[in-house]
Parts: sequence; structure tokens; C-alpha cells
Amino acid sequence: MIPGSFDYHRPDSIEAAIGLLASLGDEARVVAGGHSLIPMMKLRMATPEHLVDLQDITSLRGITINGAEISIGAMTTQAELIASDQLAAVCPILGLAAAQIADPQVRNMGTIGGNIANGDPGNDMPALMQALDAVYILQGPEGRRDVAARDFYEAAYFTALEEGEILTAARFSAPPSGHGHAYEKQKRKIGDYATAAAAVVLTVENNSCQTAAIALTNVGDTPLYAEEASQILRGSNLDKKTITAAANAAKAITDPAEDGRGPANFRTHIAGIMVMRAIEKAIERAK
Amino acid sequence: MNDQANPSSAERAAKLQGMGSSRKRVEDARFTQGKGNYVDDIKLPGMLFGDFARSSHAHARIVSINKEAALAVPGVIAILTAEDLKPLNLHYMPTLAGDVQAVLADEKVLFQNQEVAFVVAEDRYAAADAVELVEIEYEALPVVVDPFTAMDADAPVLREDIADKMEGAHGTRNHHNHIFYWQAGDKEGTDKAMAEAEVVVEELISYPRVHPSPLETCGCVASMDKVNGKLTIWGTFQAPHAVRTVASLITTIPEHNIRIISPDIGGGFGNKVGVYPGYICAAVASIVTGVPVKWVEDKIENLTSTAFARDYHMTGKIAATNEGKITGLACHVLADHGAFDACADPTQFPAGFFSICTGSYDIPVAHCGVDGVYTNKAPGGVAYRCSFRVTEAAYMLERMIDVLALKLGMDPAELRLKNFITKDQFPYTSALGWEYDSGDYHTAMEQAMKTVDYEKLRKEQAANRAAFTAGETRSLMGIGVAFFTEIVGAGPVKNCDILGLGMFDSCEIRIHPTGSAIARLGTISQGQGHATTFAQILATEIGLPAEDITVEEGDTDTAPYGLGTYGSRSTPVAGAATAMAGRKIRAKAQMIAAYLLEVHDDDVEWDVDRFQVKGNPEKFKTMKELAFAAYNQAIPGLEPGLEAVSYYDPPNMTYPYGAYICVVDVDVDTGVVDTRRFYALDDCGTRINPMIIEGQVHGGLTEALAIAMGQEIAYDEMGNVKGGSLMDYYIPTAVETPEWETDFTVTPSPHHPIGAKGVGESPNVGGVPAFSNAVNNAFAHFGLTHTQMPHDHWRVWKTAEKLGLTG
Repeated sequence: MIPGSFDYHRPDSIEAAIGLLASLGDEARVVAGGHSLIPMMKLRMATPEHLVDLQDITSLRGITINGAEISIGAMTTQAELIASDQLAAVCPILGLAAAQIADPQVRNMGTIGGNIANGDPGNDMPALMQALDAVYILQGPEGRRDVAARDFYEAAYFTALEEGEILTAARFSAPPSGHGHAYEKQKRKIGDYATAAAAVVLTVENNSCQTAAIALTNVGDTPLYAEEASQILRGSNLDKKTITAAANAAKAITDPAEDGRGPANFRTHIAGIMVMRAIEKAIERAK
Repeated sequence: MNDQANPSSAERAAKLQGMGSSRKRVEDARFTQGKGNYVDDIKLPGMLFGDFARSSHAHARIVSINKEAALAVPGVIAILTAEDLKPLNLHYMPTLAGDVQAVLADEKVLFQNQEVAFVVAEDRYAAADAVELVEIEYEALPVVVDPFTAMDADAPVLREDIADKMEGAHGTRNHHNHIFYWQAGDKEGTDKAMAEAEVVVEELISYPRVHPSPLETCGCVASMDKVNGKLTIWGTFQAPHAVRTVASLITTIPEHNIRIISPDIGGGFGNKVGVYPGYICAAVASIVTGVPVKWVEDKIENLTSTAFARDYHMTGKIAATNEGKITGLACHVLADHGAFDACADPTQFPAGFFSICTGSYDIPVAHCGVDGVYTNKAPGGVAYRCSFRVTEAAYMLERMIDVLALKLGMDPAELRLKNFITKDQFPYTSALGWEYDSGDYHTAMEQAMKTVDYEKLRKEQAANRAAFTAGETRSLMGIGVAFFTEIVGAGPVKNCDILGLGMFDSCEIRIHPTGSAIARLGTISQGQGHATTFAQILATEIGLPAEDITVEEGDTDTAPYGLGTYGSRSTPVAGAATAMAGRKIRAKAQMIAAYLLEVHDDDVEWDVDRFQVKGNPEKFKTMKELAFAAYNQAIPGLEPGLEAVSYYDPPNMTYPYGAYICVVDVDVDTGVVDTRRFYALDDCGTRINPMIIEGQVHGGLTEALAIAMGQEIAYDEMGNVKGGSLMDYYIPTAVETPEWETDFTVTPSPHHPIGAKGVGESPNVGGVPAFSNAVNNAFAHFGLTHTQMPHDHWRVWKTAEKLGLTG
């Protein structure tokens, strides 16, 4: 549990960070809260020669809410997401889901940027970003580009992030006032990744589902946006049969690996249960 | 009369904070401030660091080891392999079970993460870098993972070093992967009872391989002083004196030139009883280099290479009448010991005290037999917060009682009440030969049932089952009852030794002239609070306030010889030694008091903190006064000073017991089990510090929860450890831990000087079957007799699925 040797850099601006990445080449890694990368380095599964720590870049920190538009800086911690009353007022699912990540010590250090950029299918925030249809702001030597969360993830630890680029923020529109939402996560204990988890955001009017988005955590090698399942809910009356159909559609796109949480078929089954429970809870919360 | 000037006996007793007082732990001042001193806190000038290159294979021949690249890492001093240890005859070391274990793999590796090479470097970073660069070439060999195939005719030979040695430490081996067969009881009589029984139940009850996983891992600092020839080792040792003797036997350094120090220890739970390759390698490296060498393992190394627990596969069989009177018990155990037999058991008991498996019941005839086998897994087999193999026995029996209850259609609590040993049968000799010291099981069980309102719980369960059948709920209620009897306090030297070292324990007391004291013991606390509780025993015995008594353990140069702390033996053995040493102090003090009070020895009597003249309590001398007089007044016929030492060889074990009831709610759709309620009644005899007892019970129940619900060191078919880190290995947090309800009855041990029996391990022994019985009971009405631990989400869901309850 001792990492290999590395050099440590702490730039104070995005430009300086991008410059460092450009000059140091592919043996450099960006570190945000360090709660994925540092354990991997301790296990020597990652052996970067240079760590570029973003913690002094103040412009990467904070939650900006402008009308319905929400922008969350990459270095915003999970604890800050939980503590933000402003965010809770317009989009409570983020704080509620962040509270299901690890434990308070980890949430004080772990950031949303690290959580969504690392490409670990066990991380919770990517599915939420997909359910909220967020856009990630990527900055690199070639300038800025925006990539939708639903297009960002390619395989485990492989994302649309190009070499030398830094994910600086996630932006999305707050769901309409009165929307229903839930993040249901089954895990073995505090600090564990999900056996399966489901994020649901929906709106209901006159017992009819107007909008719906469902995304899944840790049941494939990327987070999974469940379009067909979401489609089944839209326009429906959200009865038991529809919910079951949506859960079955969501299960159909899963491809989990067997691990200590159980074999693949169990984790797929739990994904279905989490989808159903998240839909039911979202309906309860919808006004 | 001035009350203040003459406090009553009760007031004076309260001030002593002796036995029965919930005195706060004196250790906590330093622990809560982060000022404990653990092995890894020890820093000595010029100290080097050791780290292991470990096997990636479970079974393979070592073709070559290339150290070149590793030696080139700046700061690397040396790299030891078996070849370097062979000339010193240190490439194998004796285990506590009469086997030998490779210190560094000799020609082949026998389990994944086995120690192959020991890197010594100037700092732990250089050592870790070099470990990565030790090139070991392997030729893979077929592995044995499943103990049930270990003794197949064509099973590969695992232990080539002893392949032709068919006479083992515990009798004849009947296969190259066989370690021993051990049995107790009346086989013929038991077979007859089974044949003639109205009802027989039989079930395979497996207790999976788990690991004690103390918060602090194992480690040591070895320091050889080449000037005076003295080797000092600070280490995470649960038995420092035993380590000194073993170290002397291994190294041939005379025992007076070895000093073993156990500093603060962050939990042991049996994991720190054994001797590990790291200790030997650090000592060898220090002897060679002449500077101190530190070795501290990380969590993954701890979980995958140091001593595991359990891995007992128990086929239990009970014979009974139709009315539920048990007429016989049989059990055969297949015991997976891993690659080396490194169990920590008394020599004559290779399966520990498994023969306590008749438990709390009056069973007329019984037989048990245990076959130990080698597999390609880490060695161990320690008593994880229990006396030797007692929790395995209790688990098997308490599960089997429930299986019998199901078969008979009887309530599990009622079946237990029907078969308990009765109060008037004590001292009771069990069918397997143990003499139970004292007990009142019916009272304990009835108190437990009354407190939880057992009848109401069963009614509620009946309603829940009806609602489930009607489709109104997807949750099943389970009620787990467990009643256990432990056997602890090993033990009488006549039948208990480890490597020939008798299992007595000791206490040495010095009273200072001004009336305070220091007591030194052969035990070592790893969180049990000895500095608090042993002072309380003495406070009551010698009448000095507990706060004026220092308790010191763990330094073999100062402490009297003792066998250490494990198997709930500290209170039964060292606690008794403490009381006996205190009584010697008091006996001398009595003579001094009589002289000073100018009466005959027999005319003074003890009262809390003083000797007073019989019939004239106004004439007295306090222990404080007597201490001063002992040193400073010439007393005819008496030597100056006030000291005593006692080596206590217990006449018998002690037999604590308890009644536990657990209520769970099982979500059949997710497999999630919620503990709604857990009630634990313990009878540990005389209670020294009720608060510490409660803390012990809370800790032990939390470990029981962990074992029953999630802990498992599993291997894949290649012998790779699955989930050997805390990512997967289940250590519950406060969030997963339910609220514990504790209760007690007090039935003192008649043979122990203060009547205490020990409690630290009871909650693990009773807790595991209580949880498991609750989960099994949730499905019992669907015909489930037994489902294997751990009861994690997947396994519970699978059980529901097999019973057709999902979907």
C-alpha cells in the first residue's frame, strides 16, 4: 500500500494546469480529491510520474445557479453538494445522492469532478449527470469543448476526455419545479460501491408522466442511461405494470460483472428492483 | 459521632472503585488523544524497514529468484530468500500446533501471498519499490482449494517437506494432505443412540473462513545490540513470554538475552497469537546488520497471509424422542487448516475445545471427530474472539437445535428449555468429559424470553407470515434464539500447554511505602482494559484505591512469566493470580496490623481497607498505614517490604453462558437483512466492571454481526484470494450496527478466587448463531433447514429464489 515515486505539482490556474499537462506528457495525471486515484496508486494499479493537483484553482470550486441553469465546478466536494441549500431548493437529488457516497471524511475530500471524470463505473455521480442530461465542460490546449454526460463514457476508465484535457465543470438545467426524483442504491455497507443503483428524475401532471429519465450505476462498464426505460414511463399513467416494464427495459441494458456483491444475474435483478423503487419514490415526491 | 470522620464500610468501599464499580477506563485518556504507543510508532536511530515479495500463485514451484533489479534500488540494503536462511536453519519455523511453516518459501509456494523474499531497505518506500522488482519465476502446480477434495487419492502433494512423515504431531496421518484425526466421546454408544432414536436430524453446517482483522495489523521492531548480545523485539504479541521462549528455541539466543515488549496493541482477536515470518525475518535482519529493523504489514497482507479463523465444515447429527428429549449427538468436522498447521490450540487439543459441542444440554451420549487437512490457502485457524474452536462448536450445535425444532414442529426456545442441564446438576460432567463449574440456564433463558416478550414476538411473526402469503408484504420476520456455554480460561497445566509451556498465569505486586502499588502480569491487553479491571480486583483485595494501583504488562524483562491474552483467559487465570497475590499481601499486612495493634494475629479482621480489632472496630490500621510500617518499622519475625507474586494454575476451566435473542426483517426482493432487535443476556459470574463488560459485549456482538452477515475470505478455483481487502471484507460501521440490548445474571464460578468467568468472547460465540438462526428462521415455514453464512444480500436472495419466493 505504498505508491511508487512521483513528482507533485500544484498549479493555481486552469491555464497553468493545462500547460503542465502539455509539458509533462502522458505520465502526468490530474488529481482532484484523490479518493479514486490515490488508492489506485497505493495498490500500484496506477503509477503516474507526475500528479497535477487542482486544489489551488479556486475558479474550479463552487455551485452557480442562474435561473434554471446550474453549473458545478469540478473541485466542488460532495460535502459542499450536501450542504448547499440553494442546490437543494432546485435540484435536491444531487445532495441526497452525494450523501450516499462513502462516509463524511471521504465526502469532505472527494469532488464531483473526480467522481465524473475518472470513468469508474462504481462512481455514483455519472448516472445522476446522465439522468439530468448534464454537459461536461472540458478544457485543453485546443480550447474548450462540451460533451454530454450521456456521450462521455466509453468503457471502464475510458472516457471522451482527451490527453491534456481537464474536466472543469458540469452544467445542466434544473428539472421543473415539482419534479420527482430518487437515487436508490443498494450497497453492502457504508463506503461500498453499489451492488446496483438507479437515478430517476420525472415530472407528473394529472397522473400522467410528462418527462422521465433513468440512469444506472455499476451494472455495466460505464454508467448506463436507460432511454427505452425512460421512454416507457413518458406519457404513461405510471401504474405498476408500466413501472415493471420500465424496470425490465432497464435490466435489459445491464451487463454487470460478478464480484463480491454477487453474480451478474443478481446484480441485474437488483438493478431492476432499484429502478422500481426509485420510480415509486420519485412519484411520491413529485407534486 | 462524626459521620465524616468515620465513613461506613460501604462508603469506604465505594471510594476504592473495586470490583463491581463501573470505573472509567484509565487507558482511554491516551487512546482518545491519539497518544497510544503502537509498534509502528516506535522509531529507533538508524532503523531499517522490511517488506515482503509475495507469491502470486497458490501452488507453484519456484524456478528462479532474480534480486538484481531490486538490489539496484537506492536505499536497498539486502534481500533475503530461503537460501539465505537455510545455513542458519531458519527457513522453517515451528508453529504453535506442532507443524513447521516456511519462513520464506522453500523451493515452492503453497498459498497466494506467501512470503518469498524479504527486502531490507533504509525506508519503507525504497523497500516497497524493490518488492515490485524482485523477479520470481514460477512453474504452476495443480491447486487444492476445496477441503473436501484434499484427501482424494489423486490430490496433489502439497507438503513435500513432510510427504513421507506419516506420524504427525497429533497421531497418524492417513493421506499426504491429512494433518490429524482427533476424536472424543463414545462412538459406539452414539451410533446406537442414533439407530434407536425416534427422530434423527443431520445437516452439513459450514462455518466459512473468516479473519479477525484487528484495526492494527501485525508488525514488529527487532533490535540486536551487538555489544551486549541482547535482542529486543517490540511486537504485536498477544503472548509475549511465549514468544520469548519460542524465539530462544529458534535462535538459540539464551532467554535472558531476549526481551519481548508488547506496546499498545490495536486489537488482536486471536490474530496476534501466532509467530509470523515477518518477526523472524526482522530479527534475522537485525542480527545480521546490527541495527533495528521494522516490519509492519498492510491490511491486504494481514487479511491474506496472517492467521485466519474457522473454515470448519461440520456434519452434525442429533437423535431425539418425539417429545423433543435429545438422546445423542454426533459431529464430524472437516477442518481446512491451509498450507501449514498454524492453529493456536493447547497441544493435546488439535481441534481446540470443540468437544464443548454438547453445549448447554443434558445429552447422555456424544461423539465428535475432526479431520484436519492441508489446502493451498493461508495458514492459521486461530480463535477469533473465542476460546479454541468454541464458536464453531456453538454454531454447529445451536443451528442443529433449530433444525431439530423444525423437524419436531416445536418452538426453538421450548426445545432448549426442555433439554437444558438443570441448576441442581452442577458441577456437571458432559458426555464428552468436561466438568461444567456452575450455571442456571433456565433462569437465564426465562429472563431473556420475558424481557423480549417472546410469545408476542412469535404472534407477530405468525401475522407477518400470513401477510406475506396474502401478498401484503415482501418482508419476512425471523426470530433467532441461541443459548451457548463457553469453555474458557485455559487452563489447568495438567492438560493445557502450548509447545510444552503450561498455561498458568501470573501477577506480581509491589506495595509502595506510601500506600500505592504496581502490579505486573503475564497477560497483555489489546483493548480489554486490563489496567482498569485488574486494579479493581486488587482494590477490593488489598483495600487501596484502584486509582493508586498501576497495572503493567507486556515487557518480559519486568513482568512475571505468563501465557498471555486470548481465549478469554485473562480474567479466569491472570485475574485469579491477581486476587491470590493480593491475598498474600493481605496475609502479611495482617501480621503487621496485629503487631501494631498489640493483639494476636487471629484477633484482627479485614474490613474493606483496614484490619480492625475484632469487636473493637475503633482500633484499626489502614492498608496505607500498614504499607508504611512494612517498610519503615522493625517488626520482629518479619522481613521489611510488602510484595507478593502468585502463579495461578487453574483447577478447572470456567463456563460462562448466555441467552441471546435476535429479531430480523428480511427483504426477499433484495436479500437485505435488517436487525430490528438484539437482546444479549450474559452470565460471566462475578462482574468486575459492568461498563467494560457492556463494552466487550457490544464489540463482540458487532463482530458476530460481521461474521454472520458478510465476512468471508473466499478463494477462486485457482486459489486466488477473492476480495482480500477492506473494500470487500465486511467490517460494519456504526450505520450497519444495530442497537444492542444487554442484560445479565450472576452465577459465580465456585473454583475461581473471585468467582469471575470471563466475558470478552461470549458475544461472538453466542451472537453468530443468534443472527444465523434468525435469518434461517425467517424462511423456516417454507421448509428451509439451513442456509450457509455469510448471510449477505446475494445469498439471502438466492435462498428466497430457491424457495420460489422471488419474481
